Amino acid sequence: MWSSERFRNIVYQIALLSLVGALIGYAAYNLVHNLESRAIAIGFSYLGQEAGFDVSEKLIDYEPTHSYARAFVVGLLNTLFVSAVAIVAASVLGLVVGIGRLSPNWLLRKLAGAYVESVRNVPLILQLLLWYGVLTELLPPVAEAIVLGSAFLSQRGISLPWPTPHAGWWAALLGLFLAVLFAFLWARAVRRRRERAGRAPAVLWPSLAAGVVLPLAGWAVFGAPSELSTPAMTGFGFEGGKTVSPEFIALFLGLSVYTAAFIAEIVRGGILSVSRGQSDAAEALGLSRGQRLRLVILPQALRVMIPPLTSQYLNLTKNSSLAVAIGYPDLVSISNTTLNQTGQAIEAITLMMAVYLAVSLAISGLMNWYNHRVRLVER
Amino acid sequence: MLKQKTLCRCLAALTLGVAAGSAFAGPTLDAIKQRGTLVCGVHTGLTGFSAPDKTGKYAGIDVDYCKALAAAILGSADKVKYVPLTAQQRFTALQSGEIDLLSRNTTWNSKRDTTMGSVFPGVWFYDGQAFVINSKKNPKVKKLADLNKASVCVETGTTTERNMADYARANKLSFKPVVFEGQEATEKAFQSGRCDAYTTDASGIAAMLVNLPNRSDYTVLPEIISKEPLAPMLRRNDQEFFAIARWTIFALQQAEESGVTQANVLRMKAESKDPAVQRLTGATGEIGKGLGLDADWAVRALQAVGNYGESFERNIKPLGLARGMNALWNKGGLMYPMPLD
Repeated sequence: MWSSERFRNIVYQIALLSLVGALIGYAAYNLVHNLESRAIAIGFSYLGQEAGFDVSEKLIDYEPTHSYARAFVVGLLNTLFVSAVAIVAASVLGLVVGIGRLSPNWLLRKLAGAYVESVRNVPLILQLLLWYGVLTELLPPVAEAIVLGSAFLSQRGISLPWPTPHAGWWAALLGLFLAVLFAFLWARAVRRRRERAGRAPAVLWPSLAAGVVLPLAGWAVFGAPSELSTPAMTGFGFEGGKTVSPEFIALFLGLSVYTAAFIAEIVRGGILSVSRGQSDAAEALGLSRGQRLRLVILPQALRVMIPPLTSQYLNLTKNSSLAVAIGYPDLVSISNTTLNQTGQAIEAITLMMAVYLAVSLAISGLMNWYNHRVRLVER
Repeated sequence: MLKQKTLCRCLAALTLGVAAGSAFAGPTLDAIKQRGTLVCGVHTGLTGFSAPDKTGKYAGIDVDYCKALAAAILGSADKVKYVPLTAQQRFTALQSGEIDLLSRNTTWNSKRDTTMGSVFPGVWFYDGQAFVINSKKNPKVKKLADLNKASVCVETGTTTERNMADYARANKLSFKPVVFEGQEATEKAFQSGRCDAYTTDASGIAAMLVNLPNRSDYTVLPEIISKEPLAPMLRRNDQEFFAIARWTIFALQQAEESGVTQANVLRMKAESKDPAVQRLTGATGEIGKGLGLDADWAVRALQAVGNYGESFERNIKPLGLARGMNALWNKGGLMYPMPLD
């Protein structure tokens, strides 16, 4: 039996696995033993205790009387929120800059090149501090806020008019969602029709129309609310409306500008990886430059771009933990406060690591699924 | 910066996991004597407590305590290695054995005393949490209630965040905390105008203001919203070290009470007929022996930094802070050294 290579491999693997398992078990046992012998509290029961500290930015309802667990969720949502919007912004900016670097226009090409080279070679933490410094030092104090219509720009951030909660707004949002769904399905139907009949109705105009009509309909049917809450200056800041803090803006700008530089290079590499013949053939068919890019080059470039893009998205999400340096209450910031109040460093850090791991795995899983969908199917 | 810190903490956690207790089996005192240096965790830069002076050496009342202890145990105030720590690094540094003791304006409270494997030998400085505002920008703010709904800059890793939330809840106010890591970032954000107020211990505010050129623009609000008994912090594993740490505090305070100073300590030892002075200086009695030290332990500590009052005068008075609660018990303060007998 030992002469069977398969059998030996299995034995080796079991041995290795048990060794790793035993090491982890030994470390965990020691940890618990050492902490107990030193009268340091252990366990996750602290999560149920009252947190007792306030958080300035929250996407869900939170009071100091709520538990540490809820504070943790508040921080997690803040991290996910800033990461999500920064990923979208970085992708759009990166795409534009990446295409710009290959533009026949000399100035555009050089500007895009200068952007990429300068931004990606300066550490992110410095860029964040720079953005934050610029926002807090250069913007005027509340009393001298810059007025832009009914919006205000000051050291407290941007205060915007915001719809007061009403069913009509939610219906409009739902309408927008339905419109996107419609556009997606319509595009698919059109493609099938074209493949069958050679000709097909337009995609863009019906989709745009749906994008306008459906939200409007939803808004009108549910009472057509027009009430906006406008920010008003009070003693220390703005009441009403929506205030976006300078911490959030600085983090958002820093993360998206930084990551966009890397994405631009990925886009450029992706486009260059598509053979010149594809572009020539498309040109010979009479497609315009825009059409060549959109219909021929980018779909093929996307296959090369997705794996490195995934790691950029992961980097961005993990880099959002630098928020603590500029006062944005992200997962790390809130976990740090929890850690300091409870003294349970190991638990708090383990939890933080587990959550970052889960978020990263989720993003990477999603991207892998997409990668699988767009890969080249060889026949 | 952050990553490095997190790494440090993870490594510390790992050490706790892997070391199987062997590295920490011996009492802290043995390790100090064997090593010949006292490893003291201090603040990264808080004027009056622990900050590099003009010659680049750490100075301050918290540093003085480290020096006194090193002089008592090792015979020289220079045998100290200072480890500068931020508010949030400090407990892990102590728990993992990276430092022998923490002398870093740390508030003594029940949680830290009972669940973190640590003990406090005695209070070294009575403080309380205060708020400071820029009175040029907010001339109408005279008391804390006027700060309702204001943005307040806070440093993470301290008791301040919670105290502020507690106070707000009890007084039906609301503050918007803007939380930073590290005192410098917090102070900078406040000075730039990002926050309407900055809150920390009153001594910390005084230490910030003393370094500002435009300090007359700032006003410290009258309310003190918490009790902050700042104390050295030790691991719980060493009773002998604990006793020395505790009685060093009392010895320096007793010296002030009995009029023993850095300058006159040797003469007092030789000449004083006061029994308290004789026991303090080791001329009579066996306090040193009880602590596992020689008879001159307190004399060396006093030669190194002077008595508590002298250390206060040298370090805290330049911040513009009065003795207040930190005066001796017979001068209207709270400092009450247990009798040396």
